[in-house]
Order: sequence, then C-alpha cells, then structure tokens
Amino acid sequence: MSIDLSQFFEVFFEESLEGLDVMESELLNLTPGDLDNETINTIFRAAHSIKGGSGTFGFTHVSDFTHVLETLLDQIREGSRELTSEHVNLLLQSVDCLREMLGDLQNNQETDLTNATQLKEKFELILSGEEQSSNVQSPAGQQQVAIEAQTDHGALDTYEVVFKPQHHLFKTGNEPIYLIEELAELGELDVVANLELIPDIHNISADECYVTWTFYLETDKGEDAIKEVFEWVEDDAEITITLCGGLFGDDPVEENTANEPSASESSAQTTAASKNETKNDVSPAANKAASKAASTESTSIRVSIDKVDSLINMVGELVITQAMLTQLGEGEITENKMMALQEGLAQLAHNTRDLQESVMRIRMLPISFVFSRFPRLVRDTSQKLGKEVELKLLGEQTELDKTVMEKISDPMVHLVRNSLDHGLETPEQREEAGKPKVGTVTLNAFHQGGNIVIEIMDDGAGLNTQKIKQKAIQNGLINEGDELSDDEINELIFMPGFSTADQVSDISGRGVGMDVVRRNIQSLNGSIEVTSEQGIGSTFTIRLPLTLAILDGQLVTVAQHTYIIPLISIVESLQIDLKMVNCVGGGLNVLRLRDEYIPILRLHQIFNHSGAIEDLDKGLLVIVESDNQKVGLLVDDLLAQQQVVIKSLEANYQKVEGVSGATILGDGRVSLIIDITGLIKLAGLKKAGSTELAIESLESEEA
Amino acid sequence: MKKILAVDDSASMRQMVGFTLKKAGFDVTEAKDGSEALEIAKGESFDAVISDVNMPVMDGITLIRELRALPAYKFTPMLMLTTESGLDKKTEGKAAGATGWIVKPFNPDQLLAVIKKVIR
Amino acid sequence: MEAVVDELLDSADEHQEDNICQFLTFMMADEEYGVDILAVQEIRGWEEITQIPNSPTYVKGAINLRGTIVPIIDLRARFGLPQVPYSSVTVVIVVKVGLQSGDKIMGIVVDAVSDVYSISESDARDVPDVTNTENTEFVHGLVNVGEKMVVLLDLERVLNLEFGASKN
Repeated sequence: MSIDLSQFFEVFFEESLEGLDVMESELLNLTPGDLDNETINTIFRAAHSIKGGSGTFGFTHVSDFTHVLETLLDQIREGSRELTSEHVNLLLQSVDCLREMLGDLQNNQETDLTNATQLKEKFELILSGEEQSSNVQSPAGQQQVAIEAQTDHGALDTYEVVFKPQHHLFKTGNEPIYLIEELAELGELDVVANLELIPDIHNISADECYVTWTFYLETDKGEDAIKEVFEWVEDDAEITITLCGGLFGDDPVEENTANEPSASESSAQTTAASKNETKNDVSPAANKAASKAASTESTSIRVSIDKVDSLINMVGELVITQAMLTQLGEGEITENKMMALQEGLAQLAHNTRDLQESVMRIRMLPISFVFSRFPRLVRDTSQKLGKEVELKLLGEQTELDKTVMEKISDPMVHLVRNSLDHGLETPEQREEAGKPKVGTVTLNAFHQGGNIVIEIMDDGAGLNTQKIKQKAIQNGLINEGDELSDDEINELIFMPGFSTADQVSDISGRGVGMDVVRRNIQSLNGSIEVTSEQGIGSTFTIRLPLTLAILDGQLVTVAQHTYIIPLISIVESLQIDLKMVNCVGGGLNVLRLRDEYIPILRLHQIFNHSGAIEDLDKGLLVIVESDNQKVGLLVDDLLAQQQVVIKSLEANYQKVEGVSGATILGDGRVSLIIDITGLIKLAGLKKAGSTELAIESLESEEA
Repeated sequence: MKKILAVDDSASMRQMVGFTLKKAGFDVTEAKDGSEALEIAKGESFDAVISDVNMPVMDGITLIRELRALPAYKFTPMLMLTTESGLDKKTEGKAAGATGWIVKPFNPDQLLAVIKKVIR
Repeated sequence: MEAVVDELLDSADEHQEDNICQFLTFMMADEEYGVDILAVQEIRGWEEITQIPNSPTYVKGAINLRGTIVPIIDLRARFGLPQVPYSSVTVVIVVKVGLQSGDKIMGIVVDAVSDVYSISESDARDVPDVTNTENTEFVHGLVNVGEKMVVLLDLERVLNLEFGASKN
C-alpha cells in the first residue's frame, strides 16, 4: 500500500514547533539541582515526539539530532545524570537549532548543519563521559546487526520448529493461528498439532492454550526470520528450532545463531527489501509539501471545540429562522404576516451578526502565543547586558486575530529589546537611584472596545526628554524655539531616522528605528503611543483592531465611484463654510476648524476622477486622522455605513497607493478601501514645492 | 470491520497510524493519551490497541496494564510503539501485558506488516 | 457566450495529444492572437467595472469574480493599438499566470474570441527580426494555421505590469 506521508508533514511541523515552544518555556522554568519530575518529563516527551515523528517522516537529520537530546534527557529523567546549567544552555540552543531545521524543512530549504553538528558533538561528549555511552552507540550498532542479519540465504533449508506455548498465551493477546499463517509465508509449511495436553473436559479452562505444535518449514529466509515470527511469544512458550536439512547455499547457517534478534531488526526485516525504496519515495513528497508550506506562512489553525460548538448552535438558529421565513413566504402576505416577516428579518440579521462574530472568533488565538517567546528573549538579552530583569506577563488569555498576531510579534520584540537596552538601568544605577536592583518589564494585554491593547511597561529611567529634544533639533525635526510638551517630545522618537542611543548597541540599535515599529503597527490599522516619566519608567501602548478581515466602513461617492473610508479614522463629517477656508498657496486649501487648520484633499484630484463636485461648499468634507495628523477629504456624498469584508487587491494585481484593499458591495460591485496614510503621502508627493511646505508648517504648528 | 484503538500524544503520528489502518480496512478510533484511551476503551470494544509509550497524563504502559485488567480486554492484542532507545521499556510493557511492540520510526508498510501478526 | 466557450473547451479536450499545445485564439485589430489554453480560466462578457485610481490606461479596473478581486487589462491599450468602443462581442478572457509575485488571476479584454487550435510546439517559429508588430517583447512565437498566421502571446510578459511599463 502506498501512502503519501507528506500529507502529515504540516501537522508534524506544527506540533513539533509547539513542542519546541513547550521545551523552551519548561527549560526556562528549570533550576538545576532542584529538579521537578513533571517538568523534565514534559521536556523529554517533546523531544521524544519530535524524534519519533521526524524518523517516521524521513527527516533523518532532525531525528539523529534529537536522538542525543533525548538520550541525555532520558538519563536526567531516570536520575542517572545530574542536570547542570550547561545542559540547560545546550538544550536551549538545541531548541533554536531544531526550530531552524524544521523551518528550513517547512520552506523546502537546505539546512546548514554546522550548528547542529557542533551541538550534537557537545552532547555526545557529555554522554560519552560515562559508561552510559554504550546507550548512545547501541542503536547504530543494532542497525548494523539487523542489516547483516537480513541477508537472504538464497538456499532452501528445512527446519523443524517445536512450539509449546504456556497455557496463558491467549492472555498476552497473541493468536497462534496468525503466527502459523505468518510462518507459512516464509515458505512451504507442514503443521502437526499435538492435542495430548488437552485436559479432561471438566478441567478445561476456556482461557488457556493447551495445544502444542510442530512445524516443518522449507524456507530460504534463514533461522532469524523464524525467530522473528515468534519474537513476541518467546518468553511465553518453549520454542526449539532445528535445522534438519536443506540444499547448500552460499552462507554457512551457523553464523545466524550468533545474532540475537534485536528490536530494530523487526523493523529492518519486515520491509527489508522495500526500505531503500521507501526512503526515495519520501523525499520528493517532502519537497512538495514543504514548498506548499512556503507559499503561505501557516496554513492551518487549531480551534477549540467550544468555538466550533457555538458555531454549530448559531447555524442551528439560522436554520430555524430560515424555516420560519420560508413558512411566512408561503401563501398570501397579510398584514399580520408582514409584521412577523419583519420580525423574522430582524432575527435573521441578528443571527447573521452572531454567526459572523463566531466565525471571526475562530481566527482568534490567545496572545500567549506571542508572549511565550519573551521569557527566553528577556533572559538572553538581560544576561548579555548584565542587567537583572523580571518579566511579568498579564492578560495572556486575551485573544486576537492570528494574522495580527503573526505581524505584531516583531514590533513587540523590538520594543521589549528597547526597554531592556535603553529603558532599564544597570543594577548599580538602580541601587544608586534607590530602586530595587531587579528591574521589571511588564507585558499586558486587554480588550478595549473593538480593539486589543498591548502595553509594554518598564520601571527604568524613562525617556530622556532633553536628549530627545536636542536630537530632534539636530535632525531638523523641530525648531529650537518650538514650545513642546513632554508628551509631544516623546512622540518624536517615532519619527523616521530618529535614534537616541549614543552608541549603536547590539541589542536594539540595528538600524531599525521606532518609525519602523510605528509603520508596522499602522499597516495593521493600529496605533502606538508612549508615556514616560523621568526616573519612574516608560509605557508603550499598542492599539490594534481585533481582526483584519472585517472593517467598519463609511461609503462615500466621488463622481460615479464608490469608496470606503475606515470608520475608525473618521473624526467627523461636515459641510464646508467657505469663510473658514484659506488658500495657503500651491492650490492647497486649509479649513479652519475650531483651533486647527485642516488641509483639504480633493479625493477626485488625488484619484484623477472627472465629473466630481469641485466646489468646496457643494460637496462634503470627511475629516480623518492618521499619524496624529488630520486632513479633510472632499467627497461628493456620504452613503451608508456598513461592515465590509476586506479583500486583497494585491493578490491578483499590485499595491495601489492610497488604497488598502477592496471589498464587494451588496450589489456585487467592487469598491476600494481608502488608506488614509497612503493618501496623505500620495497627496504630498503629487504636489511638490510650496504645498508640501504648507503641510509641514501645519504639522509643526499642530505638534 | 475490525476496530483498532490508536493512542499517541503526537497528532501527526496519530493521523499517520489512523490513516494507514483505515486505508487497510480497519475502523480506527484515536486517543491522545492513556487516560483518554482508557475512557474510550471502557465505552466500546476494540479488536486491538496500538499505543505510544511516552505520553502525558497516562503513559502507554499504565494504559496496557489497566486495559489488560479489564475482562473485555483479557485477550485483546495490544501493541506498543517504542523507539530503539526504549529497549528496557519492552520488558516493562511485556510485564504489563503488551502483546508486542512496533519500533519507531516506522513507515505505513511496516506498521501493517506488524499489525498482521495479531489481527486480520 | 458560455455555450460557445464550452464547445471550444470541449473540442480542446478531444484534441489532447502529446507534445501538442492547444491555443485559444482571439481577434484584435484584424490580427489573430493565441494564448495557452491551460492558462484560460473562463471567458466572460464585458461588464461594469470598478476603476482603480492612478493605474496605467490599459488597466481598466477590477471586477468581482465570485468573491475574488480580479484586475482587467485592455489588451489593445496594452499593445498600443487604437481603441475601439466595446461591443456585444467584446469579451474578457480570464487567465491565470505565474508571475514572480505568485499566481495571479487577471482578465484581458479582446475584440472577440476566435477558435481553438492544436499546434505542435515545433511548428511555432521564433519571432522574425523584421515584423510588423511593435510588441515583439510580448510575442512567444508565430505559427501558421492554414492560410492564417497566429501570434502566440507570452502571457507572463503581457501581464507582468512592471514589464514594458515605460511604453505607456
């Protein structure tokens, strides 16, 4: 039977990576010398499963590598070896190494085994330090034996096999008939059953085996093959195998008796002939599966049963509503029915919304998936920096969309590194300042409205506003004379090309600035802000939508085109009072609204549409905010507000400036979703010179 | 159709074992650890049990011992999945009442060849 | 329209042979062009379309193809041929092309669908140096079918919008 093993690869990768996460977090929990059995067992099981799976699916370099880990862990688990911190470090490195190996397999890339080989050698060195080293060697040794033993003899020999099972044979679950049939597969078989031992009918116990057998087998498979048939019952029966004759072959038979059947033999022998074939079969399949995996980040998602159940409930209700509506639709519509129909439709709308929410919940995972990587990161980074840090994780069960989660991880790593590197002081500095030696970094996640909020707090020195201001003046971001509040100054760290670190450090100064962090978060329709107090600490607050798949949108028209503006970025919509409009040159109009000057962007101009309303007082102005910058978009009219499902425009086309995606409206038409940040950029780019200056001067005025 | 209970904490191994056996015409029920398997086994009957050894909550050896003690599983073939480094586990499993063992790693053909020894 | 397409595609199945490629051909400015039939997903009539702002003139916009957003390229515009008003025979051929950025589904607007030919790969001639078409970079080969000459298109290039973008 041919079974395409590649269909299991994705599950294997997923569970192995999860296993590695478990290993990592448990390893971080370990204290050498004070060993918790369950912890070490959990670590062992993770390694064990990865080894078993990788062996089965043909990833030999992974299983070979995991084998040494497993051996060491087994010894620690059995108590025959003391766990040292060196072990923990090596094991942690192995986790990284395995992650890389699995990642490469998943993406169908060649793995660089240098690191693995070095680590493996270190493990082997540890293992060979004691007599237990035989344990490490034995598998390879056995394999050898097995391969030698499997050689066919090519000559026909006749054996007499006497099989006298003990009475309890059945209770081991073995069935003599199957053994005999298996024996018969080896060659020509004659069976003689010996019934003498069957007791008197009154003394018979149906549970027991009383029959013994003598077999005469003509086979070219050798004695070991016969032994293998009886492998599982050798302790439960008396088995004598005698060679009684046969034709001369190339191999003297005596050699075989020297080889005791070993465990690996059964696997080696059962498919001795097909072994090489099977291996060849696996690799192209592996490639195929891996390349499939490479095209998308991760293709499957685990969903808890209760989410699925609630979904089924929801569908049940929907079906009931539908049945009710169908019934109402039959026959004539009376006034009474009309009422019921409206109620039914309201019910349907309710059901649909619930269903939508439930479906969305399927994509939601607890943020602990992201948080879990931080204990390790904090441990490694703080060691490197010589700082003492305690990491607190709060709200780990807060759920957010899987895609958002995948994308928020990197910015968070950057922020945490930043807190460790620039935020927290050294233990000496902290003591001087009268603070506890050990600094604290807290990650906190919670839901607020339709958003998830993630806070990254440290109790370090806080942002140095003076330094930031100096730097900003140096870089020309602000003017010497500008009056800025502390918060406004702190905001400057998110400006492109800003870095306060005096020296570019290994930890956070990798040329990736806070501006990149902000941009990444904004690309998720989120925002980030910072609050800081000198000497007390800083808090970075990230706000993200719960999902990227659905958006509350405001439909607007420009000429005959319908666009969607994300509701979250709309501040207000108004009719323009021409008296409040100034022209600042370059054709740019600004609206004075209360204390602010708001540049007016004509959507039809930016998108090059003709036939739109061009007079400011005839159209409507939608004030939107992005990047703490407000602009007004001139549109012809506002239509409904509705939730829209976001579809990718890039999937089949390419990125379009000023457009973040598309959706399909109720009538089946495609409508484009406006990307405010992109639009502002587009407007700025399109009008060079004076206009750009105008916006900038406004910006600094705002700031 | 003969029924087999397949127990493994690793989803990929469980799927592979289950898929292979189903393709060979067996009715397969999967369980993710010994305790889940024991509960299932008490509720219905199986013609054979295949179990991994190292599992959380309840390991394979305990599972086999518990099952063997049940009247319904007195004669049921029970196979354990072991790695070559778990040789001593073999003896332990045998003492607990295991019928035989299957060495990890194995491929589907090897699995079926071994299964054939106890159930057809 | 659909019946015609089914017929075309059906006849395409019957002619399946080794080393023979099948091409769906279409007309544009009295010339016959062919695309690999395996790339063709479906053929649709012209329908209302949503414009994509600031896109090249040959990108007519995007349509909703059963929930997927599919861009529509006007091939006449792409080739710099004179525009004609869309009529009842104007069709959109939806094709799938493997571009560097991944598989993309796009629609191309052509004057009319013509036929399906089985052409042996060896029959396709390289593009002669001297040719009356300006768009040699889009041409995969030329082939004679009876009296007619068919221009086989290299869809990957035609629909790689970064390629030859300077033309427009």
